[in-house]
Amino acid sequence: MPAFPTDVSDEEFKTWVKEKWGYKKLPMAGSTPAGSAKFFRTGDWASKIPKLVIENCTSCLKCYFFCPDSAITMVTGEDDKKHPKFDLFYCKGCGVCANECPGRKGEKAIIMEDI
Amino acid sequence: MKRIAVTGDDAVAEAAKSVNPDVVAAYPITPQTIIVERFADFVADGEVDTEFVTVESEHSAMSACVGASSAGARVFTSSASAGLMLMYEIIFIAASSRTPIVMAIANRAISGPINIHGELTDQMLFRDSGWVSMFSEDNQEAHDQTIMAFKIGEHPNVLLPVAVGLDGFIISHAIEGIEPVSREVAHKFLGGERKAALKLDTTKPMSIGLLHLQDYYMEARAQVRDAQERSRKVILEVFNEWEKLTGRKYKPVESYKMDDAEYAFLTMGSTAGNARTAVDELRTKGEKVGLIKIRVYRPFFGDDVTELCKNLKGLITIERSHNFGGPGGILSSDIKSALFNKRLSPLLAEYTIGLGGRDTLIKDYHSIYNRSKEAFNTGKNLPLFWWGVRE
Repeated sequence: MPAFPTDVSDEEFKTWVKEKWGYKKLPMAGSTPAGSAKFFRTGDWASKIPKLVIENCTSCLKCYFFCPDSAITMVTGEDDKKHPKFDLFYCKGCGVCANECPGRKGEKAIIMEDI
Repeated sequence: MKRIAVTGDDAVAEAAKSVNPDVVAAYPITPQTIIVERFADFVADGEVDTEFVTVESEHSAMSACVGASSAGARVFTSSASAGLMLMYEIIFIAASSRTPIVMAIANRAISGPINIHGELTDQMLFRDSGWVSMFSEDNQEAHDQTIMAFKIGEHPNVLLPVAVGLDGFIISHAIEGIEPVSREVAHKFLGGERKAALKLDTTKPMSIGLLHLQDYYMEARAQVRDAQERSRKVILEVFNEWEKLTGRKYKPVESYKMDDAEYAFLTMGSTAGNARTAVDELRTKGEKVGLIKIRVYRPFFGDDVTELCKNLKGLITIERSHNFGGPGGILSSDIKSALFNKRLSPLLAEYTIGLGGRDTLIKDYHSIYNRSKEAFNTGKNLPLFWWGVRE
């Protein structure tokens, strides 16, 4: 009989997703532990990834607010200013950040590159 | 035990009253209406502790049932025909969500043309949903099976919803004497409150019924497949336990005068009553004929059927259900598959009868028997024939 999702630890859940468990091991009723989406590597859907061009970044935070996957955090750089850092585990490469980026004098601070 | 005279619907409502479910969400539809109506009375009169949800449609009724059952409640509902059709999406979700809801179905012909009378097709159409599906022959069986259904569905090896069919009007509105099972007996039989292993619980959060794409869908469906298989054993155990408790014997496939039978009627639901009387009458004329009654339709107990068929010269299937363009009737196609699996090939005559509640009288069974035997005597099968349809 399959285990209950509440019996599955975070570590086991990572193994489940990686190994792709079979029906004898999976919990029944299409159930998962709560909050399991945090282990879901949506990053492997991407065909493009964002790249930061730091000299064009004005730390405006537009990319941070627009990212649909909350895959952007603002990290202090060598210039002592906040710049986006992309979490590629979740980033689907949608390009919204690059599209919204106002850049500096018409030059984008985020550009999308093929993987 | 005290006997009471009630309609089939009342018998089901009485069963639900004895079970005292936590939640009932249902929408009225003829010929099921009395079940819901009577149960609403029980709620209003304080005879049950049930939370009665008066939903605005059957789609909502079954959705509310899935929600309540997922939260660990013991849940009952009821519907028929067009109501079932509106529930269809959620009927399948109830099975895959492993919610042991019990639904009584006052089987009614499907529109169109619109008709309110008895026919089993409505329930037979969701045979592939994962529900355990059973049919009753009379009011007592409808009553008993409604209570047994909870025990079958809630068994940890099963966790599937269970449908109990009773022919619309022929059972649902006909008054017969039944021995109702008391609240105390029903609760003892069910082991008290439902003990849900998998349930939504804020202290142990989980998600149920998530999106399963190409990588997990087959695995999820395989779990339902295995639960259906495991239910076979549970059904037998529950039937046995019921017999010890009430003295009333139930089997997934039942037989009547089959020991020395050369020919047999095979049917399901209320039609077994007339078939049984026809068997008695034909026996007095020296005909070696018996009756096979399918009680549990899903899971299908094919081996039990073939065991009864192995010495037969000819089998006559009679079903109050219909399909179009199939390899036989809905039920008889299953029978043919089961026979093929065992490499058995008795002569076979297939009949669809009594659609939309049309009477099929005992004399009709005599005519059906004579017509079939005549063909059997010349070594011929008879293809599916709609009995009594005017040309």
